[in-house]
Amino acid sequence: MKQTLAQKLVARAARRASVTAGEIVTCTVDLAMVHDSSGPRRLKPMLERLGAKVWDPSKVVVITDHYLPEYDDESRKILRLAREWVREAGVDNFYDAQGICHVVLPERGHLRPGMFAVGGDSHSPTGGAFAAYMFGIGATEMLGVMVTGEIWLKVPHTIAMEFSGNFAPGVSAKDVMLSLIGRFGMDGGQYQAVEYRGSAIRALPMQERMTLCNMTAELGGQTGLIASDQVTRDYLQRDIDVWDSDPGAPLVAHHRFAAGALAPQVAAPHSPANTRPVGDFDQRVDLAYIGACTGAKLADLRMAASVLRGRRAKTKLLVAPASLRDQQTAEREGTLQVLLDAGAELLANSCGMCAGYGQHQLGENAVAISTTARNFKGRMGSAGAQVYLASPYTVAASAITGRITDPRGMLQ
Amino acid sequence: MRAWVFGDNVDTDLIAPGRYMKYGIDTIAQHCMEAVEPTFASAVRKGDVVIAGRNFGTGSSREQAPEALKHLGVAALVAPSFAGLFYRNAINLGLPAMVCAHAKRIHAGDDIELDFEAGRLHNRSSGDTLACEPIPAFLMNIVRDGGLLPHLEKRLREAGARQ
Repeated sequence: MKQTLAQKLVARAARRASVTAGEIVTCTVDLAMVHDSSGPRRLKPMLERLGAKVWDPSKVVVITDHYLPEYDDESRKILRLAREWVREAGVDNFYDAQGICHVVLPERGHLRPGMFAVGGDSHSPTGGAFAAYMFGIGATEMLGVMVTGEIWLKVPHTIAMEFSGNFAPGVSAKDVMLSLIGRFGMDGGQYQAVEYRGSAIRALPMQERMTLCNMTAELGGQTGLIASDQVTRDYLQRDIDVWDSDPGAPLVAHHRFAAGALAPQVAAPHSPANTRPVGDFDQRVDLAYIGACTGAKLADLRMAASVLRGRRAKTKLLVAPASLRDQQTAEREGTLQVLLDAGAELLANSCGMCAGYGQHQLGENAVAISTTARNFKGRMGSAGAQVYLASPYTVAASAITGRITDPRGMLQ
Repeated sequence: MRAWVFGDNVDTDLIAPGRYMKYGIDTIAQHCMEAVEPTFASAVRKGDVVIAGRNFGTGSSREQAPEALKHLGVAALVAPSFAGLFYRNAINLGLPAMVCAHAKRIHAGDDIELDFEAGRLHNRSSGDTLACEPIPAFLMNIVRDGGLLPHLEKRLREAGARQ
């Protein structure tokens, strides 16, 4: 029977030769990732109530990113609890203040093609870029995984998004996702598996692929997947298995796009689905934010630098590199200096303003352009704030002019 | 059950705003839906039902979203579709969520009767009966036990008794 990549990954985890879309199966979990907000603070009291222990601490990864930097009693308490819990539970895979979980997890080699993984965060489909079946779950469901090592799943149908040709310079994975979310809506993914394929996808570096799979959350898919190949192998620096859909495997939808026709996209307040090409906007902005798992990885910082080099931002420009390691690489190669010379203020390697959990929040009348994933009303601060979403290229170009700006004429 | 009616794509930041996530559920629940319906948290009563639009609960994995609704006394959710992650969270917290393609026919304040296993909604105010998608039996077991935590507690107790 011809199987999609999603079916193959689920079948392996369910210890079955094949699975059929729509059936309910129980899967063995290879890896469970949690962060400081959804993790220890929620799991500890529930595990204590059950008198249960973590099923296999070697399969658990804990990463702090939401309440950093600690700035008040509540955030200090949440972080302290996380640090104590990993010791009690015997979890060695603990990354404290190293960056955002979705970026740190593969960066430290925890993801491999063929895995079945869950994350205590909605952007967990990011792991699908490595041909791993990864999706987000809530804290109580994570408790179930921690106790049993298993989770139920309705085998997903697969929606294929195929991009032929090549993306134009100045067009990135973020533009692809904003365009798809604008076209199909925030429920376009129907909680199924969305598989990105085609020559334009194959040509994307790993961190751009991660952005595609990451924003499958905003497209409403359960996971986003990309077949493993030489790019995956090079990033992981290890031998890997190739996991891909069988040619002719059943798809619930197959959308084909010419990559070269895509222009930079911008999503207007207050939905990532409220997307139009950048040229449609005549809009002042007073803050530019380059941050988040979906918008401040090394690849994203390089895109911003390619526009900002030798220029000066007219707006306030905040940069929160998605991981410490990416920031250090950006520093060594000079990318970070380009951003600082343009007037960027450097923030911590954490979720920061994107989640709206921390110290930095948008004010009542703020008009911001941001590389983050969501511009829901009030998410980044005041309900009166206006947030536009765009790629690192477009955010950088808009920072220079103070208006939403097409970056294609400003690439260096 | 008295109906509260909301629109399409109500997201988790509206249901449980991020800036209150560091606090306990009492505080988070006070701000539930405040950006779209400022009176909701204070006026909702135990046993009320939320009738939502498409893709209810889109966004975050934070289960404080369904937890806040349950904490305020909401007894059930009905919508033409739910965000998948939110749906799993609602069931895991013991809050039944039923898919009803014609949920838009219900008006605020209508008196509603629900049968989750049969997949039926009866609107006492209008006299309409609407077909819904039943909640699968294995998920209703979790809902009846009060959520996944008490459900696991029961399973572990039963496993212990057998030994």
